[in-house]
Amino acid sequence: MTGTSEAKDGRISNWKVGVVTSIRRESASGRSITIDVPGWGGNIAGQHTDVRLTASNGYTAVRSYSVASAGVGDRIELAVDRLPSGEVSPYLVDTLREGDELELRGPLGGWFVWTPQQAENVQLIGGGSGIVPLMAMIRSHEASGSTTPFRLLYSVRTPLDAFFRAELESPSANLEVTWIFTRHAPSGCSRPAGRITAADLEAHGFAAALAPTVFVCGPTGFVETVATALVALGHEPDRVKTERFGGA
Amino acid sequence: MAVISRGFIGRGGEANPDLPAGQYLTADFPVLSAGPTPRIDTVDWQFSIRTDSETLHTWSWDELHALPIEDIHTDIHCVTRWSKLGTSWRGVSLDTLFENVTTSDKFVMARSYGGYTTNVPLADLLGGQAWIALEFDGDKLDPEHGGPARLLIPHLYFWKSAKWIHGLEMQSQDEPGFWEQNGYNMYGDPWLEQRYW
Repeated sequence: MTGTSEAKDGRISNWKVGVVTSIRRESASGRSITIDVPGWGGNIAGQHTDVRLTASNGYTAVRSYSVASAGVGDRIELAVDRLPSGEVSPYLVDTLREGDELELRGPLGGWFVWTPQQAENVQLIGGGSGIVPLMAMIRSHEASGSTTPFRLLYSVRTPLDAFFRAELESPSANLEVTWIFTRHAPSGCSRPAGRITAADLEAHGFAAALAPTVFVCGPTGFVETVATALVALGHEPDRVKTERFGGA
Repeated sequence: MAVISRGFIGRGGEANPDLPAGQYLTADFPVLSAGPTPRIDTVDWQFSIRTDSETLHTWSWDELHALPIEDIHTDIHCVTRWSKLGTSWRGVSLDTLFENVTTSDKFVMARSYGGYTTNVPLADLLGGQAWIALEFDGDKLDPEHGGPARLLIPHLYFWKSAKWIHGLEMQSQDEPGFWEQNGYNMYGDPWLEQRYW
């Protein structure tokens, strides 16, 4: 259980005004956005936030985004991929600038989360921008000095589509990263480009016998494929936590 | 004291009176589940209503299909902010299933194959407000969308419409289910934006 104390003091239920302090290009369509949010008060790895945009005529649009950062404090990082038919993500990727204000409500969610108190092996499996909540777990793992073994399988179209590429190319000692390229693999990559399969999970993931906690995040089709394969490989369904995204 | 988002126009348009505050329309049917999709053979499928430790009312797949099946046309609203208007379902009314059930309890815990739970007041399941849905849009329900059968309580946020429904358990107190323990509201009225704790 997480979030109980937040609920009691009403911290999550109020909209807070954040100021964008920096924006970094992650890919052609992806940006990570660092925001100072007075009153945020920290979050657990894997939680998300509502983001509200308001047009000058009063029209509002709200969407939820995973937080890529974890820990105490009022500075958070989001990472957003532009959806071609989206309403909020194109604004966050193309229009938002440093110094702009954003309204946020959170942190939200108490299921798809990891805390440094957890001692079991952790298998992270991300597709595309599904890396974002997993990145918060990786950062929380590293910052806490946890020696729990972490493994990440990260599926992206090409190396240029990867979020947090530099960070993931030099992982900490307790993190093993396996890249899955679905459209174009760099030269020297022994695995031909193609979608993730049960064989990838078996070759690079923790064995079911080790009873890892598994976090899977990505587009619906990706998550369905991976979660079904994990259960077929013997993972207990209640150890496989999923977060799917679709829509705009 | 709303903050105006510099340069944001959005889709705008006329406010749709069928759309609760904070929701957007989608033509898709997004999937949101906390874990792997369970696969349940209808041969083994069973639905039950438990009123106390001794009393269990059960229906097999065939027994459920022998009951009157209703056409349902309704809007649905997901707490993750998408709404889908004018969806078509077929299913058995909970009024039919509760016809021969005697209970003084006012609350229900819905339990699903795969372990999902969600709590609902009994009053919200009766009076033509809730169904065990077997079909969506003219086809049998996909496992991803809760097939072979899911609860359908369209006047509440859609996490209350438990996928892979297995049974209902009467309880004297309103206890939180899965998402209700993990940050979501105990009741979940979309028109009151009862999303979170």
